[in-house]
Amino acid sequence: MADGGEDAGRAALLAARASYSRLVAYLAAAAGDVAAAEDALSDAFRAALETWPDRGVPDKPEAWLLAAARHRLTDMSRHRAVQAQAAATLRLLTEEAADRAAVAPAFPDERLKLLFICAHPAIDIAARTPLMLQTVLGIDAGRIASAFLVSPAAMGQRLVRAKAKIRDARISFDVPEYHQLPERLDAVLDAIYAAYGTGWDDTAGTDSRRRGLADEAVWLARLAVELLPDAAEAHGLLALMLYCEARRPARRTEAGAYMPLSEQDVQLWRRPMIEEAKRALATAAAQHRLGRFQLEAAIQSQHAMRLTGGDINWASIVALYDALAEMSPTIGALIGRAAALAEERGAAAGLAALEAIDMDRARSYQPYWAVRGALLARLDRTDGADAAYERAIGLTEDRAVRAFLLTKMSTIER
Amino acid sequence: MAYAMLIYETEEALASRSDEAKREAYWSAWGAYHQALVEAGVITGGSSLEPGHTGTTLPLRDGDRQVQDGPYADTKEQLGGYMIFEVPDLDTALDWAARCPAAEYGAVEIRPIHKME
Repeated sequence: MADGGEDAGRAALLAARASYSRLVAYLAAAAGDVAAAEDALSDAFRAALETWPDRGVPDKPEAWLLAAARHRLTDMSRHRAVQAQAAATLRLLTEEAADRAAVAPAFPDERLKLLFICAHPAIDIAARTPLMLQTVLGIDAGRIASAFLVSPAAMGQRLVRAKAKIRDARISFDVPEYHQLPERLDAVLDAIYAAYGTGWDDTAGTDSRRRGLADEAVWLARLAVELLPDAAEAHGLLALMLYCEARRPARRTEAGAYMPLSEQDVQLWRRPMIEEAKRALATAAAQHRLGRFQLEAAIQSQHAMRLTGGDINWASIVALYDALAEMSPTIGALIGRAAALAEERGAAAGLAALEAIDMDRARSYQPYWAVRGALLARLDRTDGADAAYERAIGLTEDRAVRAFLLTKMSTIER
Repeated sequence: MAYAMLIYETEEALASRSDEAKREAYWSAWGAYHQALVEAGVITGGSSLEPGHTGTTLPLRDGDRQVQDGPYADTKEQLGGYMIFEVPDLDTALDWAARCPAAEYGAVEIRPIHKME
């Protein structure tokens, strides 16, 4: 490849990273069709790679790509003799087709609309998060499939179906009415959190399945906060994820061994991230609209007290978990509450809370068995502890966590 | 749906089955995994196989038995065992595949069981 070609490639990549989601969102809102917008944009990128090396990279690569993609969309809809498409075509045609090398048209940021579309109640719930990751972040279907443990073919199908639904059901590209906003915003935030992953139960093993999408989830949360500065829960979610991300360097030793939260070297935590999390949580609290993500972030903020040499206030952690169990009784929250109770009032209290959890929900959930093993060991019920640890080991996907639990099991005082 | 989980392990990993230092960790992890499958009621059968080098492969060509020492495919990872699952769908099967100790140091393949018409 000649130098020019490499430059073109780099420029295209930069444009993609910086503005992929804005371009897709803008084109999709104009055409009412996410799939067509993505196709048109990828054609525009291909055209850029073919022409830029010869003619030089335009001053405004973004504007060039937008104009090229618009032309492509117009061509595509000419081929489809569909009424709905015709309207969109007219809209596109009446918009001033910017000259390819001209100054970038100031196009509005439609990413918020795209987030709401992806989380629309008419979209299959299992497709919402993948759709966001693909359309807003441009992550390929194969990687999304890996993160969600679905076969790549099935994930591809899921995404295609969801986009067809957006087009065929003519889901509106408007930001929802004010009264619909809370419900729809919850779906957006849930999808972002799903991308980040669950199982942040540091008292036990962690389910590291979706670690690969953590950065993308934080990016999406930052976007949600930027687009919705008044949404308390969006700030709460960002705070929660930043607290968790801040601890990442401490979660494994150099040799790769798993370190539970209580044993982590707090000097390895990323302070700037913790500071940012604190600020995000304060911003959320100022809105006076409590929600599950703010509660979860507040629990993490208690653990962060260790950085300043403070003791952990287990009573307030339990109180926060009580509120969380009331508001959003996820299995993770109930297990976290049981573990916190064990710290505050003793292992028997923790075990009682654990045993109140519906077994159908706990049966294949690794952290339940890991916490149960730890509590039974503390109560000198060695047979039960062995059995619970064994279950936890069998349900673990992470080699380091498996080794950690095997050690725990073999060092139970008998 | 019935699925077979085919478990591929390196000779090195298979050797830890009888290595004094690694034995216990290897078998504890597998024992726990098997126990979890039994408790969840999804496993209906399966076996662990002796390492690939103990295999003998026999193609019959023009009536000629061409018996060969060793496994059928001379790959780094060899079939180390298999399990038969009964689960609702592929996603559930993949969930269990991810928990298999060999998934991290080898590979596991999920293959639907063919139903005879």
